[in-house]
Amino acid sequence: MAKVLMKGNEAIGEAAIRAGCKNYFAYPITPQSEVAEYLAKRLPEEGGCFLQGESEVAVGYMIFGAAGAGERVMTTSSSPGVSLMSEAISYIAAAQCPAVFVNIMRGGPGLGGILPSQGDYFQATKGGGHGDYHLLVLAPDGVQEAVEMTMQAFTLAEKYRNPVMILGDGMIGQMMEPVEFRDDLKSEPSNKDDWASNGMATRGSKKRNLVKSLFLDPTELNKNNLILKAKYEQMRKEEVQYELYNEDTDYQVLITSYGTMSRVCRTAIDMLKEEGIEVAMFRPKTLFPFPEKEVHDAAVKESCKSVISIEMSMGQMVEDVQRCVMGKRPVEFYGECGGEIPTPEKIIEIVKGLI
Amino acid sequence: MGKTYTKPAALTDNHTHYCPGCTHGIVHRLVAEAIDELGIQDTTVGIAPVGCAVMAYNYFDCDFQEAAHGRAPAMATGIKRVRPDLNVFTYQGDGDLASIGMGEIMHAANRGEKFTVIFINNAIYGMTGGQMAPTTMPGQRATTAPMGRDTALTGMPLRMANILSQLVTPAYVTRQAVLKPQQVNKAKKAIKKAFQYQVDGTCFSFVEVISTCPTNWGMTPLDALKWAEDTLLPYYELGDYKTPEDEPK
Repeated sequence: MAKVLMKGNEAIGEAAIRAGCKNYFAYPITPQSEVAEYLAKRLPEEGGCFLQGESEVAVGYMIFGAAGAGERVMTTSSSPGVSLMSEAISYIAAAQCPAVFVNIMRGGPGLGGILPSQGDYFQATKGGGHGDYHLLVLAPDGVQEAVEMTMQAFTLAEKYRNPVMILGDGMIGQMMEPVEFRDDLKSEPSNKDDWASNGMATRGSKKRNLVKSLFLDPTELNKNNLILKAKYEQMRKEEVQYELYNEDTDYQVLITSYGTMSRVCRTAIDMLKEEGIEVAMFRPKTLFPFPEKEVHDAAVKESCKSVISIEMSMGQMVEDVQRCVMGKRPVEFYGECGGEIPTPEKIIEIVKGLI
Repeated sequence: MGKTYTKPAALTDNHTHYCPGCTHGIVHRLVAEAIDELGIQDTTVGIAPVGCAVMAYNYFDCDFQEAAHGRAPAMATGIKRVRPDLNVFTYQGDGDLASIGMGEIMHAANRGEKFTVIFINNAIYGMTGGQMAPTTMPGQRATTAPMGRDTALTGMPLRMANILSQLVTPAYVTRQAVLKPQQVNKAKKAIKKAFQYQVDGTCFSFVEVISTCPTNWGMTPLDALKWAEDTLLPYYELGDYKTPEDEPK
């Protein structure tokens, strides 16, 4: 189909519908409330379910209930709201239910601000809720990718029976860009009769299904955690996505960046190129699983003297970059937050300081 | 000669973990009988709470999901909204529903979510070891109220059926007890009615059941029944508080 001009938040809502998701529960929070406003109108038109919950805490369990009943379901929120949902996310991961969470990040910690940030990297990739679990985390760099990743997220969530998070930011949610909804990204919901609490009559079975996360027997809990661990290992093997920019050069510096920040970095790299300075960028599209080997290989290229992680945070992804580079190159960090986005000129200045 | 009294099909053969004298077993049976009599076992999904009934899924022979503390009404909302054809019930204690889950129960009731809540009120936290609940009586001892509940510090016990019946949205709200055979029979009728309203797609239904906790009350089962009769029932009056036919207040 032809491209249409849409605001990021509304495009994410439309993408969920196009992906085959008819169920959405959410609580308003800036800068993502337009997803709920859009779906409040669109989902009834599609015969779907829209409900504004009384809190993010409750919404987390509405998602859990719907997912446990075997239906495709999504919520969207922003940083403080995702903190409130984190309890449910831990339970959903433990009970192995597929669900899609979209976090349009704003500045924190605490109530913070309402402008774009990337301050929830740790929360999204390292936990947030309690216990040993991971989300599969996809980080779009614009509206088109937000649409595509939202559509892919449902398939991935069902493949792994695990929550998938789209980690965007307020810039992606608020800006308008031309987008295309690709029909090939639409998928049919998987058959969930083996495990979902969808009623014995639904699956013509006399055996009940239990969706739970309580394993009082330590060997049973350990077993469940090993099942989760095996899924995360499989994700590491099969789901890593990334982009390398300007990599076919003898780049002296490798920038690592993701999401909105990576677009500014790309502009800076183009401007540096005009000055005859070659810099490449490594952009993870999956923040979990992190492209561990790929970022290492890009960093240790002979021409590359140093690596710098540029983020809209006080330094979060840089820890993963350092871990993967394993001391073979110096890894620096530059970041701003609170809604401030480093400009291309600032990035050029920082990068030149490394050469 | 046929059997006149058999185990409901909606109960499993598992032995329960509940303490001797605890009335969870009676209420489990009443819920299972209602499910059997309405023929809804294979379309029912139960929600287990956190607390003594956290493992209710071991005893009810139907699909089950397990919520976090207090969140069962939100989870039930999620299921019922996406699968209105299923019969959904939550089974919650007083710490779960009246304390940490107050927000979830109030809003689910006010939205008129068409599921059924079975609310066990035994005036104490059971599973965590006898701490004070929002329903603990004035002067009643609990591990976190060692001198007895001081209402000057902690307020008065919450009467959930009374509170929910104030909502304008149509609902069936009732308080029953299972301390005497007559009460058990009435509770059975109320529970079945609560499920019937759901089957008919009529309204939110809420059955509070005054129960006992001999272990944490530090009483024999018989003394616990008497204490509940003498102490709880004057404050937690039994009866229907709201029916969907009531005029809005």
